[in-house]
Order: sequence, then structure tokens, then C-alpha cells
Amino acid sequence: MMTDRGGSRQPDLWRRLYEGKSFPVFTVLFVLLILWYVGAVYMNSDRLIDQYERGKVEWSWQQLTEDAWSMERPILPAPQQIIIELHETVIDKKITSKRSLVYHSWVTISSTLLGFAFGSLLGILLAVGIVHVETLDRSLMPWVIASQTIPILAIAPMIIVVLGHLGLTGLVPKALISMYLCFFPITIGMVKGLRSPDILQLDLMNTYSASPAQIFWKLRLPASVPFLFASLKVAIAISLVGAIVAELPTGAVEGLGARLLAGSYYGQTIQIWSALVAASILGMLLVWAVTLTEKLVLSRTGREAV
Amino acid sequence: MPDTTTNTVIEIEKLNLIFQTADAPVHALSDIDLHVNSGEFVSFIGPSGCGKTTLMRVIADLETPTNGHISVNGMTPAEARQKRAYGYVFQAPALYPWRTVERNIRLPLEIMGLTNDQQKERTARNIAMVNLQGFEKKFPWQLSGGMQQRVSIARALSVEPDLLLMDEPFGALDEITRDHLNEQLLKLWDATKKTVIFVTHSIPEAVFLSSKIVVMSPRPGKIIDIIDSSLPRERTLDIRETPEFLEISHRVREGLRSGHSYDD
Repeated sequence: MMTDRGGSRQPDLWRRLYEGKSFPVFTVLFVLLILWYVGAVYMNSDRLIDQYERGKVEWSWQQLTEDAWSMERPILPAPQQIIIELHETVIDKKITSKRSLVYHSWVTISSTLLGFAFGSLLGILLAVGIVHVETLDRSLMPWVIASQTIPILAIAPMIIVVLGHLGLTGLVPKALISMYLCFFPITIGMVKGLRSPDILQLDLMNTYSASPAQIFWKLRLPASVPFLFASLKVAIAISLVGAIVAELPTGAVEGLGARLLAGSYYGQTIQIWSALVAASILGMLLVWAVTLTEKLVLSRTGREAV
Repeated sequence: MPDTTTNTVIEIEKLNLIFQTADAPVHALSDIDLHVNSGEFVSFIGPSGCGKTTLMRVIADLETPTNGHISVNGMTPAEARQKRAYGYVFQAPALYPWRTVERNIRLPLEIMGLTNDQQKERTARNIAMVNLQGFEKKFPWQLSGGMQQRVSIARALSVEPDLLLMDEPFGALDEITRDHLNEQLLKLWDATKKTVIFVTHSIPEAVFLSSKIVVMSPRPGKIIDIIDSSLPRERTLDIRETPEFLEISHRVREGLRSGHSYDD
């Protein structure tokens, strides 16, 4: 009996694994890890073999593999090296230390969030203007689109330099670069959202002879909320990109961008990779926070996310 | 028969409306003459494109006529709209999906700037009027089509207008729900003595509800017959089997036929 039940349970488990989400995700992760370890040996072996030959040391494949996964400045660090580095700089260091990744993440997050706030405000204001004033629709919209064709890497140093001359340094110039990137999807989404009420819903307001302000607050704005949140999710992710990019060309000493830059100056690849991992975790957390807010807001108004 | 000496609510004389479209102007309404007295239930009936909805939108000041005279409660339609002289029920419920039933009905009251107490009182009263007690906190998507349309009727009534404009309000509903709502509407009309203008393309619905039937035909949209109903003001669905009912239905059908509305 027992073995029978065990036998019949086995396929169920496989089926659940096969149909679930985590099994495919972990399979991909596993394959990537193998490729990564193999790649680390391949990338780092040239320099190691060079060293062995100059030191006239006998070497085996096993020796090479071990050394390739534990170099101090590898071309491609092994995953466990990054994890150890993350552990040291996130948990072991005090968060006030200049070497703490938590400290640097905090610096980047503050300018991300400030830029996101600026960008949301600018994006929403532009959208309100574009929807309500026909002149603005025709004059502003082409500029809004053109603004995004300029590569941010080209314009970021200029913004920092110009603002520095005006006496603005530190958080605000970085936030302005985030804002520059993230206002765009908000304007586009919000314009679409504010225009989403159908003719019937607008006619209804006219039969009540509602004022333009009442139409905005009671119809256009609530109708735009799902569109706004879809845009905010994109915006917060690129706001983080903006903050990191803003730290790169400006000689900043704080923030994840500064860590990336310092790492590449000194060939500290492990430091670069751990900063990258920290940045992507931050990105996920930020998008998740927006998604959570979206669910809360929309469920209170009886709607689901678009 | 309603008393013809009572006040005129709507007066339309020689009214034309021509839409300027890209290829050719469309004569949507041609030489319309119509008088509606207070307390009447008037149906506009005709095939698609005969201008019945357009005519109602002109009364509601949602369209502007090209020429001719129209007055609503002795005012221009624009003035009447600004004074919130009418309640409008659209073909679709047009409820705001982010508002509950209760808050959808409150919408016009918020816009009118009533106090919170007045809003509450009127909302509760009109929810009871359409028998939707217990559904106050539901969102529109949680209701059936018939219930949604009842919410939109309650919303129009909450403005407390003397004139109710209804544009095929039950067009999308099944016949059983439709019969039921028609009966409820008649009771409401009888109880509140409102003037109702009702657009439909169903002959039985028009004859069952109306004290006056306006038959229209398309291209250009014009009135071809106005029938004063001889049926009593209080009616039940059974009246549809009586000879008078069939006689009026016949006359409506003849009118529609003479308008060549089925040629194409």
C-alpha cells in the first residue's frame, strides 16, 4: 500500500514542478550558473597560464579551475566571489562606512526617488496641459518626444556642469537627470489616461453642466489612474538607471554609479559585479513597491491593473 | 389622454439640423415641429438613422440645430441644461467603474453642490425607487445589465428633474427584463408626474409606454406621424392583448412603412 501511494505521488510532484513557475525559473538559473562557472575559467585562464609559465610552476586543470574561481582581480568573477563580496559590504560593514553597499545604495535610492517625484510631477503637469490646451498639444508634444532622442550619457555631464556653476551640487542635479528620463512615460501614459473617458461619460458630465474643473477631478483624473500606474512602473525603473548614469561621468564618490566607476578604474571586477547585483535588486524592489501601491489603490476603487 | 391645456415643456418649430461631414452634408433633422406638454410620455420611434436620438440630443443641448426654433421649459436648451432641467438616460448605463452604485448616483449631486445630508437622503430615496437596496456598495461590474441601467435611471432621477430624456435605455436588455423595467417605469411616471421622452425602435415598447408616439423616418430625418394614444394612463402588460393596443401598433407600423424605412 505504502509503496503504491509513494509511487503514485511521484508523478504528481513532477507534474507540479513541471507546471509551476519555480521549476522553469530554477532550471534557467542552474544553466546560467554552469555557463557562468565555465565562462569564468575560460576568461581567466589566459592570465593564469601566463603566470604559471613565468613562475615555471607545474599546473593541472584542477589547479587552473580552482585559481580561476578565486582570483583577486578576475576578468569574470565567479558567482560565489560576488556573494562573498555582497555579504561583506552589505552585512558586515557598518552602514555608515564608505565601503558599505547599503550606504551607496541609499545615496542612489534618494536621488532615484527625488527624481521620480520630480518626474511624476512634471509628467502629470505636462499631460494635464496637453490634454486641456490644444496649443500645448501641438507645441509641446513634439518636444517631449524629441527630448528622449538625445542620449542621456551625452547630456548628463553637461547638466551636472551647468548646474554646478549655478551652485547646485549633490542630490538635486542627479535627481534632475532621473527626472529627465522618467517624465516621458508618465506624460505619454497620463495623456492617454486623461483622454480615456468615452463620449458617453463626457456627455453625462455635460448634461449636469459640470465645470471643466469638475470634469477633470471627477472623470478624467480617476479614469487615468490605471494608465498612470502602468507608466509609473516603467518610470521608477528608468529613474534608477538615470540616477546611476548621473553618478558615472561626474566624479561622484558616493552611490552605486560611483562604485561601478571606481571598480572599473582599479580593475575591481568583483566590486563592479556586486554593485550591479545591488542595482538590480533595488530596481526590483522599487517596481514591486509601485505594483503594491497600484493594487491597493485600484482594489479600493473596484478595478484591476491594466 | 393628458390634459392639453397644461404647460408646454418642449416647443419645436421648423427645426433643421445638417451635419457637415467630409463627403456630403447629412440632413439629420428636417423641418421638425413638435409640442410636448407637461406630464406626457412621448416616444420617438423609427429605424436607425431617422434622427430620433439626434432630436433628443438637440433637446438636451448636446447638439446644436442648424436653424429653427426650440424651447425647453420656455428657455433655450442651453439655459435649460445649465439649470439642470432634465435627467438623461443613455443607451448604455455609462456608470463610472471606479464608483460604487451609491457614489455613481451621488455624482450629479456632488456637481450640483448639495450638502452631504441632502446627497445621502436623495441617493437613498432613488436607490429605493429603482429597488436596488442592498447594492449600494457594489461596483458596476458586479451588477447585471438590467441593474446597471436601473442605477443609471436612479442617477438621472436624483437630479429631480421634471423632464426625463431616455435614449433606448432598455435596448441592450433581454425581453423579460425589459418588460419588467417598462412596467416599473410606467409606475414611476404615474407616481412622479414627470414628462418623459423616450427613444426606442420597438413598436410594442413605444405603444405600451406612451401617451404620444412620434413616428420618424430617415434620409432626411423627419416626423411622419404623431399618434395620441387612447390607452388609459394606468396599464399593465396585459393591455398588449387588447384591440386598441393592436390598432395603435398597426398605425405605427403603417407610418413606419410609409416612410419607406424598410426599402434599404
